[in-house]
Amino acid sequence: MAYSEKVIDHYNKPRNVGAFGSSKEVATRKDIGVGIVGAPECGDVMQLQIKVSDSGVIEDAKFKCFGCGSAIASSSLATEWIKGKSLDQAMGIKNTQIVEELSLPPVKIHCSVLAEDSIRTAIADYKKKNGLLAEATEGAAH
Amino acid sequence: MTLKFPIYMDHAATTRTDPRVVEAMLPYFTEKFGNSASRNHKFGWEAEDGVEHAREQAAQLIGADAKEIIWTSGSTESNNLAIKGAAHMYARAAEGQRGRGHIITAAHEHKAVLDPCKRLIGEGFDVTFLTPPPDGVITRAMVEGALREDTILVSIMWANNEIGTINEVSEIGALCHERGVIFHTDATQWVGKMPTNVDADNIDLLSWSGHKIYGPKGVGALYVRRRKPRVRLEAILDGGGHERGMRSGTLNVTGIVGFGMACELCQKEMEGERERLFKLRRLLETELMSRLEGVQINGHFDRRLPHLTNMSFGFVEGESLLMGIKDIACSSGSACTSASLEPSYVLKSLGVGDELAHSSLRLSLGRWSSEEEVRYAIDGIEKAVNHLRTMSPLWDLHKEGIDISKIQWQAH
Ligand SMILES: Cc1ncc(COP(=O)(O)O)c(C=O)c1O
Repeated sequence: MAYSEKVIDHYNKPRNVGAFGSSKEVATRKDIGVGIVGAPECGDVMQLQIKVSDSGVIEDAKFKCFGCGSAIASSSLATEWIKGKSLDQAMGIKNTQIVEELSLPPVKIHCSVLAEDSIRTAIADYKKKNGLLAEATEGAAH
Repeated sequence: MTLKFPIYMDHAATTRTDPRVVEAMLPYFTEKFGNSASRNHKFGWEAEDGVEHAREQAAQLIGADAKEIIWTSGSTESNNLAIKGAAHMYARAAEGQRGRGHIITAAHEHKAVLDPCKRLIGEGFDVTFLTPPPDGVITRAMVEGALREDTILVSIMWANNEIGTINEVSEIGALCHERGVIFHTDATQWVGKMPTNVDADNIDLLSWSGHKIYGPKGVGALYVRRRKPRVRLEAILDGGGHERGMRSGTLNVTGIVGFGMACELCQKEMEGERERLFKLRRLLETELMSRLEGVQINGHFDRRLPHLTNMSFGFVEGESLLMGIKDIACSSGSACTSASLEPSYVLKSLGVGDELAHSSLRLSLGRWSSEEEVRYAIDGIEKAVNHLRTMSPLWDLHKEGIDISKIQWQAH
């Protein structure tokens, strides 16, 4: 399967790889929202962490990804796009935009869906920690 | 020697045609181009001589008589002819009825065996698909446990194409002969690489293919036993009655000549080649296992083809791994490398676990594989696995001491 140049670029030079601490540490930090989506037996797991400022802006984002090249590129791209955005703006990112930017073929659309899910799940986690959701939709809990 | 890229490590998928094979084929395109069935001129006789010489070469490789070789288009056709042909010939009841007979095969066979068997179910036959044990080896005892009074055919591959595990073929053959059941083996990955004798190994029907043994694509053979027992098959293709009525159609003379030459070369070079490739594979496996943690070899450790390895690199997804080793041509059991989005059914059937199936890589060495290539692959795989692990959330969890199988994932 041929990859687009953009996918290859994200694969070789992934943006914002990392985490703001161990899974235990980030679980207790109120300024951080964590989204883990997917499952190992499905062949992709994305972990997105967002660091949110007091004014509700995503100051920083980090990702980790177990998955194919398109999954890695989708999550890497997601971190680039959400940085500097407000939570509402970030919620507006659609998987179709990711598909377009990375020229993903139809069989890889699920990678972009997963990236969108990871953004939503991370934001929900942040809101839940900060009491901004009445009954937050459950993210990928461990 | 300088390395040529990409490096080919996918010999279980297909092989380069040996230049000596090509050379043997060439005259049959432009000079000896006759139809081997033309009985009344030189062109026909030359073509027929080529075909019959190839039949001898093929028969010799497996210890058979030339009369027992039927030419086909490859292993897919050989398997179809063997399985459907035997089932129809030895059916216990007429078409349209049920209870036409019982067939035994295994869940990790190639699709070219599984799908003909599934079609036969629709035609009133019963099929048992044996579940392989975690080491992937089908034993005589497993087949014995599944035999029934109405079993007419057993089809068990010699060596598995994804993991290289070697089934108890001669033992299963002996069992079938004791019970009067026809025994077919898909030997596509075995013949030409490992010594084969259809008499000593108790085989009735054996499939193999040119392109896996440094011959051309689109040509294969089916061995059909003629004595003790005499095996009969119902043809699939109706037509001019070529190949003793079992496979009609003008013979692929060039392909067959190449197939014969490929068999002869394999027979001559097999001994030294096996040993050489085994050493290279051992180098590959021991280096990778010592440099990286969380690596697993899939399938029985000893009962495996010497030139093939199937390894899972934990916490790393197979397709992304292939992307990281672009200059090494090999394959993965990951879902993403198939159209189906399902990981390898072979690894799944062994109970390897979907996650490790997604992390698997199959590397298969061959005639031109060198130690330099293997060393290059070791370095490349090590680097790619480490690169991907720095990105892998599963690797982090593993490092934190969390068992990822205990986590409740949100599957999609
Ligand atoms: C075990 C096995 N059986 C059958 C086949 C099909 O062979 P062919 O491509 O010659 O039809 C293959 C090759 O893909 C194989 O590995």
